[in-house]
Amino acid sequence: MISLQGITKRFGNQVVFSDIDLTLSKGEIIVIIGPSGTGKSTLLRCINFLEKPDSGRLKIGNLSVDTQRATRSDILALRRRTAFVFQNYGLFANKTALENISEGMIVVDKLPKAQAYARAREILERIGLADKADAYPASLSGGQQQRVGIGRAMAANADVILFDEPTSSLDPQWVEEVLSLMKQLALEHQTMIVVTHEMQFAREVADRVVFMDQGGIVEQAPPEELFTVPKDERTRHFLRKILAPTGQTVP
Amino acid sequence: MLNLEYMWELLPVLLRYLPLTIQMATIAMFFALILACLLAVVRVSQVPFLNGFALLFISFFRGTPLLVQLFLFYYGLPQLISALISMTGVTAAVLGLTLHFSAYMAESIRAAIVGIDRSQTEAALSIGMTQSQLMRRIILPQATRVATPTLMNYFIDMIKATSLAFTLGVTELMGATQKEAAGSFLYLEAFLLVALIYWVVVEVLSWGQRRLEIYLNRAYQR
Ligand SMILES: Nc1ncnc2c1ncn2[C@@H]1O[C@H](COP(=O)(O)OP(=O)(O)O)[C@@H](O)[C@H]1O
Ligand SMILES: [Mg+2]
Repeated sequence: MISLQGITKRFGNQVVFSDIDLTLSKGEIIVIIGPSGTGKSTLLRCINFLEKPDSGRLKIGNLSVDTQRATRSDILALRRRTAFVFQNYGLFANKTALENISEGMIVVDKLPKAQAYARAREILERIGLADKADAYPASLSGGQQQRVGIGRAMAANADVILFDEPTSSLDPQWVEEVLSLMKQLALEHQTMIVVTHEMQFAREVADRVVFMDQGGIVEQAPPEELFTVPKDERTRHFLRKILAPTGQTVP
Repeated sequence: MLNLEYMWELLPVLLRYLPLTIQMATIAMFFALILACLLAVVRVSQVPFLNGFALLFISFFRGTPLLVQLFLFYYGLPQLISALISMTGVTAAVLGLTLHFSAYMAESIRAAIVGIDRSQTEAALSIGMTQSQLMRRIILPQATRVATPTLMNYFIDMIKATSLAFTLGVTELMGATQKEAAGSFLYLEAFLLVALIYWVVVEVLSWGQRRLEIYLNRAYQR
């Protein structure tokens, strides 16, 4: 349903990753973990062409794009089938919570304004911010801003939502409300790819955990397997480093 | 002693020329804003070829005195392009003001655009907006807010700069004062009065500028 085939990305002559293959079925939830600087963000960004991959093919549903020959309309089509949640929220500062969520429906999907607002209000209800419809981002807490960011992604009705460290810039007190909204989406079988350092979330929610290190994907497995019997030494090393301070079991 | 009675009589005479001054500034501001936005977008998006032109344009019009530019347009250019001989002083002044100020304004608009954090651009692109939708709906409204105080300052400068049009033979506020003073020999009274008129106009605009800023900032208060 969603597949990346042989995706390669370079910055100048630095190869971030080469020949990455990854397939998700509808409703599947993948968590990507790995040390920083290994290309997790870049991989997510390649899926919707915020970065242009150097080669490979992207397939989402019946859309298939050869990344080397992607036209403007291919790129727009890819972006309409994906949605992105940013580490720094990326909310439009000149728009209210309601407008942040309805913007794409009005401008990209060309829904009539009234209909877009009605749907945006439904989404605000689901993300627990019905009372903040007319608030501007500057007046919202980090957790509320990120929930609006997720609401905007929900409004896109995308085949897959890409989360790039959605809780990493939040004060600790707001992390839980964002994670629980993501869990709610998971229960609704929203297909998602999540880059995160929240290992507990990965254990609970992921169907599959992908470990990335320099140059690409090292291994992938369901969480109970990857967290207990990782195959690769690099995975073990990473998990030890990240799990030890939290008191979780170390493989 | 100041001849106050003369000043009082002169006031309505000079005020008749105020509309022309305001008109020249307003028209020039209107076109300068459009040109400045175009230049700024060209600079920010690094449009090939046009970017080089924009750089050269901005450099020239910021790098030479306005008075020199006005003389160049009014007295110089018609020697090259004979169709311009019929250009009036007012037209030349508006043209000069437009080009001169658009160069400055382009730089402040560009700075305002660049100052908007990149994550909003990426977010807009990620939901499938085109570059022009991004510009119109997200970037320019915010850049406008940031740039408005500076742009208002340029408008105020422009009002004052219209006085240079008298060197092109235009009888605007300054030109009229010059003529009146030459007739009465009461230079101090005449020029003091015209200074006061400019001052009041600028103060009124500054007041408007503060109101506008409060209005534009309402969306961003905590
Ligand atoms: N726009 C860019 N230009 C050049 N290098 C980049 C750019 N973005 C990321 N990189 C480099 O690519 C590598 C992967 O970065 P990133 O995808 O952000 O890693 P991660 O998200 O896993 O921390 C890093 O070495 C980073 O410095
Ligand atoms: Mg990252």
